[in-house]
Amino acid sequence: MSNVKSIPEIEAEIVDEFSLFDSWDDKYEYIIDLGKKLQPLDEAYKKDEYKVKGCQSTVWLAADYKDGKVTYKAESDAIIVKGLISMLIRVLSDHTPDEILATDMDFINKIGMTSHLAQTRSNGLRAMVKQMKHYALAYKSLKFDV
Amino acid sequence: MITAVETNTVLDIAAIRNDFPILNRKVKGHPLVYLDNAATSQKPQVVIDALVGYYTELNANVHRGIHTLAEEATAAFEATRDALQQFINARHREEIIYTKGTTEGINLVAYTWGRSNLNEGDEVIISGMEHHSNIVPWQIVCEERKAVLKVIPVTEAGELDMEAFYQLLSEKTKIVSIVHVSNALGTINPVKEIIDAAHQKGAVVLVDGAQSSLHLDIDVQELDCDFFALSAHKMLGPTGAGALYGKKQLLEAMPVFNGGGEMIKEVRFEKTTYNELPYKFEAGTPNIADFVAFKPAIEYINTLGKKNMRVHEDALLRYATGKIKEIDGIRIIGEAKQKASVLSFVIDGVHPQDVGILLDNKGIAVRTGHHCAEPLMNRFCIPGTIRASFAVYNTMEEIDQLAAGLKKAISLLK
Repeated sequence: MSNVKSIPEIEAEIVDEFSLFDSWDDKYEYIIDLGKKLQPLDEAYKKDEYKVKGCQSTVWLAADYKDGKVTYKAESDAIIVKGLISMLIRVLSDHTPDEILATDMDFINKIGMTSHLAQTRSNGLRAMVKQMKHYALAYKSLKFDV
Repeated sequence: MITAVETNTVLDIAAIRNDFPILNRKVKGHPLVYLDNAATSQKPQVVIDALVGYYTELNANVHRGIHTLAEEATAAFEATRDALQQFINARHREEIIYTKGTTEGINLVAYTWGRSNLNEGDEVIISGMEHHSNIVPWQIVCEERKAVLKVIPVTEAGELDMEAFYQLLSEKTKIVSIVHVSNALGTINPVKEIIDAAHQKGAVVLVDGAQSSLHLDIDVQELDCDFFALSAHKMLGPTGAGALYGKKQLLEAMPVFNGGGEMIKEVRFEKTTYNELPYKFEAGTPNIADFVAFKPAIEYINTLGKKNMRVHEDALLRYATGKIKEIDGIRIIGEAKQKASVLSFVIDGVHPQDVGILLDNKGIAVRTGHHCAEPLMNRFCIPGTIRASFAVYNTMEEIDQLAAGLKKAISLLK
């Protein structure tokens, strides 16, 4: 399955969707809903090698590389983080390493969720974004090796 | 059904709230409900004024200068030591060592007393409800000195298993380092009993008073503890200032901690001699402004009276406990008979972090997570708790808001 939309296009879509919400309550309700709908990660991935540990919540992240594109799957024990993961996967998954490495995830600021990536929040999410880019970087070097 | 209970305190809580300017601010469009007092307390205007006043009128380095500013700054800086001596009823003012806070106080004892008194096979007793800052320094020094760390288990109710403590205690025990009030559970530990028992075996006792200093009367002579560590920021004062009390004969015998200015008597390349107490432990230019501003915090507490504060805080805790228990799926962690100002709980099927985020969205500040007490969380087989912790300026209405916020959060998350 090929992703026809570019990363900036998907980011813009999400920003548009969030502009419809008047209140923080609605935003969180939507994110929680995304979290509930996120496809559960196979138990085989819930191992230390896939763990991105935060201070409070834990994220498990796995990546795959096929036909020049990276796909991600992930889960968390906290539901709001799960909702945010769902958005990150929607934005980044099924793109080339170069596209993934070029993005600064500015949509997170634009939808008012910056604090979830802030150092103070110390959850797995910040570490997860870093790990997603690490995978992209690793696959990029792999590309040149092959 | 719990109905709003009146607190029997003689204090005018509304007037007290006016002394804390931060309580007027809004968070996410809601009036701030600050229930994270065990992490740090808010500061009254007198403390803020003293900080600004110090830099506006007094700033000079202490103890050395002969000019007027240096004299005035030194007098203000040292006046806090007298206030602290009275606050914990120490016999001598030089028994009060200025530190950065409780963590540094415990580290000071571990590194100086520990290194010079612990030997292979000696035992150090801590408990299963310690903050990491009363675990890690002892692990470091025990490893270095080949001493053995023993841990008093915690019961299901969140109390120390005192029977187990008496079994652990022996002639091999050299120090017992114990928390007075648990930051994660609120349990008030029987420190007097522990101190007396430890002394009978020839061991010394350090009391971690980070949480107790604001809520309980502290009399180090009556307790007969050998060390007592506290932090200003948990008692309405500034961050980065704290104190270690130690019995004079122990402090005098201890080697120095940090080397530098202030802590020396004479420096020669052949041999340096050290200053007297308390300065031998206070190397370098201290955190002058924050120590100056610590005094009005102590005076503020004294003026309100800890007993009066406790009446109100206990009423808040009782009311909150009742309100929280009414909510389906909530389990309180730590139901000790003696508790102070902390209510920790978990919700079935809900991650504490999600609750913390949604409460913050309503302007309610609580702490979620392991509260720097991971072994304690493992004891209860939970990743963490949601913790509401109270101070004198909190109100019954704020607890109603907490309960309403929790119900809303649970309905969204489940």
